Amino acid sequence: MSIVGTRVVRVEDGTLITKGGTYVEDLRHEALTGAVHATFVRSPVAHARITSIDTSEALQAPGVVAVYTAADIDLAPGQAGPVAQPWLADGVVRYVGEPVALVLTEQRYQLADAAELVDVDYDPLEAVASIDAALADETLLFPDLGSNVAQVTGGEFDEHAFDDCEVVVTETIVNQRVAPAPLEVRGAALAWGEDDRLTVWLSTQNPQLARTIIALGLGVGEERIRIVTPDVGGGFGAKIGSDPEPVVLGWAARRAGRPVRWTETRSENLTAMTHGRAQQNTVTIGGRRDGTVLAFRLEVVQDAGAYPRTLFLPTLTELMASGVYHFPRVETSSKGVVTNTTPISAYRGAGRPEATAAIERAMDLFAAEIGRDPAEVRRTNFIRPEEFPYQTPTGASYDTGEYAAALDRVLEAGGYHQLRAEQARRREAGEPVALGLGLAAYVEITGGDGGGESGRVDVNPDGSLTAYTGASPHGQGLGTSLMMLLSDQFGIPLERITVRHGDTDEVPTGVGTFGSRSLQLGGSAVRRAAETVIERARALAAEMLEASPDDVVLDTDRGAWHVRGAPSSATVGWADVAARAGDGELSEDVWYDEGTPTFPFGAHLAVVEVDTLTGKVVLRRIVALDDAGPVVNPLAFEGQRHGGLGQGAAQALLEVMSYDSDGNPTTATLADYSFISATELPDFELLHMATPTTRNALGVKGIGEAATIGSTPAVHNAVVDALAHLGVRHLDMPATPLRVWQAINDARKAD
Amino acid sequence: MIPAQFRYQRANTVEEALAALAEHGDEAKPLAGGHSLLPLMKLRLAAPEVLVDLAPLDELRFVRLDGDTVRIGALTRHHDLHGDGVLREHAPLLAHVAGEVGDQQVRHRGTIGGSLVHADPAADLAAALLACDGTLVARGPRGEREIPATEFFLGPFTTPLEPDELLTEVRLPRQTGRGWAFEKFTRRAIDWAIVGVAVCGQSVGLVNMAGTPLRASATERALASGAPIAEAAELAAEGTSPVDEPHATAEYRRHLARVLTARALEAAAA
Amino acid sequence: MRVTIEVNGRTVSEEVEDRMLLVHFLREQAGMTATNIGCDTTSCGACTVLLDGESVKSCTVLAAQADGHAVTTLEGLTGPDGDLHPVQRAFREQHGLQCGFCTPGMIMASVSLLAHNPKPTREEVRTGLEGNLCRCTGYHNIVNAVVDASGQEVAQ
Repeated sequence: MSIVGTRVVRVEDGTLITKGGTYVEDLRHEALTGAVHATFVRSPVAHARITSIDTSEALQAPGVVAVYTAADIDLAPGQAGPVAQPWLADGVVRYVGEPVALVLTEQRYQLADAAELVDVDYDPLEAVASIDAALADETLLFPDLGSNVAQVTGGEFDEHAFDDCEVVVTETIVNQRVAPAPLEVRGAALAWGEDDRLTVWLSTQNPQLARTIIALGLGVGEERIRIVTPDVGGGFGAKIGSDPEPVVLGWAARRAGRPVRWTETRSENLTAMTHGRAQQNTVTIGGRRDGTVLAFRLEVVQDAGAYPRTLFLPTLTELMASGVYHFPRVETSSKGVVTNTTPISAYRGAGRPEATAAIERAMDLFAAEIGRDPAEVRRTNFIRPEEFPYQTPTGASYDTGEYAAALDRVLEAGGYHQLRAEQARRREAGEPVALGLGLAAYVEITGGDGGGESGRVDVNPDGSLTAYTGASPHGQGLGTSLMMLLSDQFGIPLERITVRHGDTDEVPTGVGTFGSRSLQLGGSAVRRAAETVIERARALAAEMLEASPDDVVLDTDRGAWHVRGAPSSATVGWADVAARAGDGELSEDVWYDEGTPTFPFGAHLAVVEVDTLTGKVVLRRIVALDDAGPVVNPLAFEGQRHGGLGQGAAQALLEVMSYDSDGNPTTATLADYSFISATELPDFELLHMATPTTRNALGVKGIGEAATIGSTPAVHNAVVDALAHLGVRHLDMPATPLRVWQAINDARKAD
Repeated sequence: MIPAQFRYQRANTVEEALAALAEHGDEAKPLAGGHSLLPLMKLRLAAPEVLVDLAPLDELRFVRLDGDTVRIGALTRHHDLHGDGVLREHAPLLAHVAGEVGDQQVRHRGTIGGSLVHADPAADLAAALLACDGTLVARGPRGEREIPATEFFLGPFTTPLEPDELLTEVRLPRQTGRGWAFEKFTRRAIDWAIVGVAVCGQSVGLVNMAGTPLRASATERALASGAPIAEAAELAAEGTSPVDEPHATAEYRRHLARVLTARALEAAAA
Repeated sequence: MRVTIEVNGRTVSEEVEDRMLLVHFLREQAGMTATNIGCDTTSCGACTVLLDGESVKSCTVLAAQADGHAVTTLEGLTGPDGDLHPVQRAFREQHGLQCGFCTPGMIMASVSLLAHNPKPTREEVRTGLEGNLCRCTGYHNIVNAVVDASGQEVAQ
C-alpha cells in the first residue's frame, strides 16, 4: 500500500520536541571556539548625512576587539537594483536600521555596552517616508538616479478600454507594509579555516544562493565559501539568500582573525530585516450590469524601501493581475519607488497576494456597484475548466483549474445563503454587531522563478537510502515528504531513509526554498534520480535472479526484487543489490529543469463580526479550499494552509509596519507590532480538492503561500461587507478598530 | 537585549530592603516580579545602579479580610490574586482584573505592588483599585503612611513614593454585594488596553484615559442623582485627557470610554 | 555573583554577572539550548520555562532571581527512558509545530496551562497561550495538540 497521500507524522519533530532544534545560536561547533560576538550599530534616523563617527570611546570599553566603519571596509559595494548599497553606511544613511558600524567583543554581554559608545553625528536630511513623498521627487534618495522612481513597466493604456462598459469603478487600495517576523531572527556564525575557506553557518532559505552572494560580496571564488544551514526558525521569504550583514561579518572575521557570531535583536529584526508587500494599487474595473467584466486595469506602485533590491515584486503582481477571471481586456503598469524606509523583499506570496488583493477587492467593488451578489459576479467571470491551458492577457500560462467548483464547494460548506439571511436579519433588526461575509477566489504561481533543482539518491551498502536535495526546508516538513516519495518508489521504510540538505559542500548545486517551489521541483528532481537508480538496480537484480531485466519487478511492499509472476520464489533485497553494484552505480545526481510554473488555486470564505459601536472586528470563521494538486503528506499540506491562513488574516486585520512622517518606525518591537496570536484566530475549516498538473514529474503544485494569498482578501472583503449597509464602500487594511470606526463615521457624514 | 550593568542585592526583611533603599537613594530600585522594570532595563530605558530584590519577603504575600477591609500584600502575584478565594468573595473586581493582566507567564511573576508603583496609565489594576476606593500603604524610614488611590497616581509613571519608601500593602473596603464589571478594549488579547473601564457599584475607574488612571466623576455624579445608565455613560469622557496616538486617537478613546462605560455599568447592574 | 539553580534536576552553580538573564544562564551555563529568545519585550513566549513549576518568560527573569530555585526546560520534560511527556507527544501527533523555534516555549506554556486547567476548552487554550507567538502554524494544530494532551477528543 502506498504511503503517499496518507497522514504521516513528521520525522523532523523527534528532536524538535525533546531537545529543541539546533539553530545558529545553538551551535557549539569546535570551529567556533574563541569566536567574538558581533553587533551592528544602526542608524536611528531615516535620512541623514553622517558628519563624523567617533569610535574611540567604544574601543576602550571592556572586551572590545574591534569597531569597524565604512572607512575600514575594502570591498566593492554591493548592488541593489540600479544603485550601489554600501556594506556599512558610507556618508549617508537612508533608513532607520541601516548598519553604520560593526562592533566585536569577547563576550555577548559586552556588545550593547560598547555599541552605545560609538558616537555618530548625523546631519538630518528631509525624509521620504511614503510612496506619495517618493513620487513627488522633491527629495531624492539617490541624486545620481535623477528620480526616486527606480523602475517603470507597462502603462501604455488604451484610452478607450472602458468605453463599452455600462459601469466603471475605480479605487486605490493600499497593500500595507508588513514584517515577515520569523520567530527566529537573523543570525550567522562564521569561521575562516586553515585552508582559507570561509564557513558560514547561516539562517537562510537558500544556502547555494547565499554562497554566491557572499562570495561576490567578499570578492572571492565560490569554492572558497561553504554555507551550512542549521535548523532555521522560519523564513517566509525574508531569509532568501543572504542579506548584506553576513558579507560584513565574513570580512570582519578575516580582518579580526577570529570566528564571529552574530544574532540580531528582535527590535533590529523589525527594522533591518526586509519587509514585505508595501504596494499602492489603483484598480479600474468595468463591465455590464449583468455582472460581466469587460476590462480591468491595475496600476501598481511598489514601495521598494531604501535599497531597491527586489523589483521583481511589482512585475509578478502585474503577471497575476487578472486572477481567476476571463477578462477580455487587461492592462497593467508598475512603478518601483525608493523611500527612506526598510528595504522591501519577498514575504509569503511575494507579489501574488498583492495581485489577488487588488482584483478581489475590485470584484467586490464592482458587484456592490451593480447590486449583485459577489459570488454570482465571480462565477460569471471565471475561466472555465475547458479553457485550460489558459493564456492570460498579462502573459501567464495557467495549467489547470476548477475555479467555479472550488467556490461552490466553499459556499455550500460555509452555509453562504444561511449566513446571508442571518446578515439580513441583523441589519433589519438594527443590531450593533454586524455580520460580514468575504469571498476570495484566487490563482497563484508556484515555482515561478524558472530555475531547476538538484536531487541525488544513493542506495547505501546496507540497503538504506540517502537523498540530497537543493531545496532548503525550514519548517515545511519537506524532508518527510521526500522520504515518503522515496519509500513508495523503493519499498524501503521511512526509518531507513535519510534526506540531507543545507551544506553546500554536500549539496553543491541547488536553488533552495521560496515561491512554493520545493516539492514540485525538489521533489521531481529526487523522483528522477530515484527512477534512474531503480533502473540500474533492475539490471543488477536481473543478473542475480538470472532473468531478463524486463522480467524482474520491484515489490514495493517488501522492498525486494523478484521474477515477474513468481513473488514467492527467490528475491533480492536492496542490500543484496547494493553489494553487487559497483562504486557509485546506485547513486544518481540530477538537475531537474523540466518543471515549469504551476498555478494552484482556491476559494476562501471569511465570516466576521464587527462591533459597529467600537469598530472591533472578530474573525469567526474561515472556510478554505486550496487546490495544489495531489497531496503527498496531508499533515504537512494542512499545516502549510493553516499557517498561510493565519498570516493572511493577520495582514487583513492587524499587522502593519508603520512610520511617522520623519521615517521613524513606530512598530519596532513585538509589543508594538500586532503579530497575530491564537486569540485572534478561529479554528480553520478546510475543504479538499486535488486537480493535478502536467508540468512536473509529480503532478503537484506548491502550497506554501496559497492560503495566505486567498485569506487576506477574503477577510478584508468580509470586513467591508459587514459595513456595506452603513454606506462603507472600501477601507484599507489592516482593519483595526480605529479604522473601522472612522470608516463608519465617514460614511455616516457622507450620507 | 540585556540591561546595563547593575548590582543585585537581596533583602531578607522589609527592614533590610528599606536600609538598602536608604543607602542608595534614587540609584536603587526595588525589584518585585520585575515585569515592569526588567523590560525597561532591557531596552535601556531604565538603568538603576542597584536592584534590591524583595523576593524573600514572604510577609508581603497575603490576602486577608480584616473586619470590612480587604488587605493584600504588595508582593502578591497576579496569578495568586486571580485565584484567591477571599479576594473573589470580597473584592471580585480586583480578582477578575488580576486575571486580565498580561498573559499566563506574566501573571506568574508580576505582583500587584509592582504594577501599582509603576503607575502606567494603561495598567488595569490601578483603575480597578481606584474604582474600589483602595488605599496604598508605604513604609519608609519615617514610618508607615497610607495613601488613598486617588492621591497615588500623580502622572505617567509618577507616584508620591520617595526613593526610600516601599509599597507594602494594598487595602480596600470589602465590596460584597456591589455589582462589578471590567471592560478592556484591545486589538489583541495580549495588548495593553486602548481604553478600559472598571465598575464597582456606582464607581467607575478609567484605564488609559489620561496620564493617570482616573474616575469618571461626571458619570458617577449623574448616577448618584438618578440618571439612567445610557445618559450617565455619555459623560464618561468628561475631564479626561487621553493621549492621541496613530492607532488610537484621543477622540476615539473618548468615544470608547462612553461605549465601554455603558456596557460595564449595564453588566454590573445585571 | 554565584548563582545556583536546579536545572532539570541537576544543580548548576556558576559565577555570573548580576545582570545575567535566566534564559542565558540556561543556555550558556546549564547548556540547555532548547529554550529560545524571540523578542526583547516579554511578548513572544519563546523563552518560556517552568520556575518552581510555574511558566515564566526566562528573558524577563534574572538568573539571580532564580537562585536557589528549580527550573524545568523542554529538555527536562522527557522521561528518563526517553518517554515523551503527553504534551510533547501531542504536539508531534497533531502537527503542532513546523519550524520548531517557538515550540519549546509553547510546550512549556501548555504544560503550565494544563496544570491549572486540566480539561480546557479550545477557547481557553487560545486564551491561555496568548503570550506565546507562532509564525508557522496559525495556531490551529497547537490548539489541537493541547486539547489532545488533555485527554479530550480533538474535533476534526
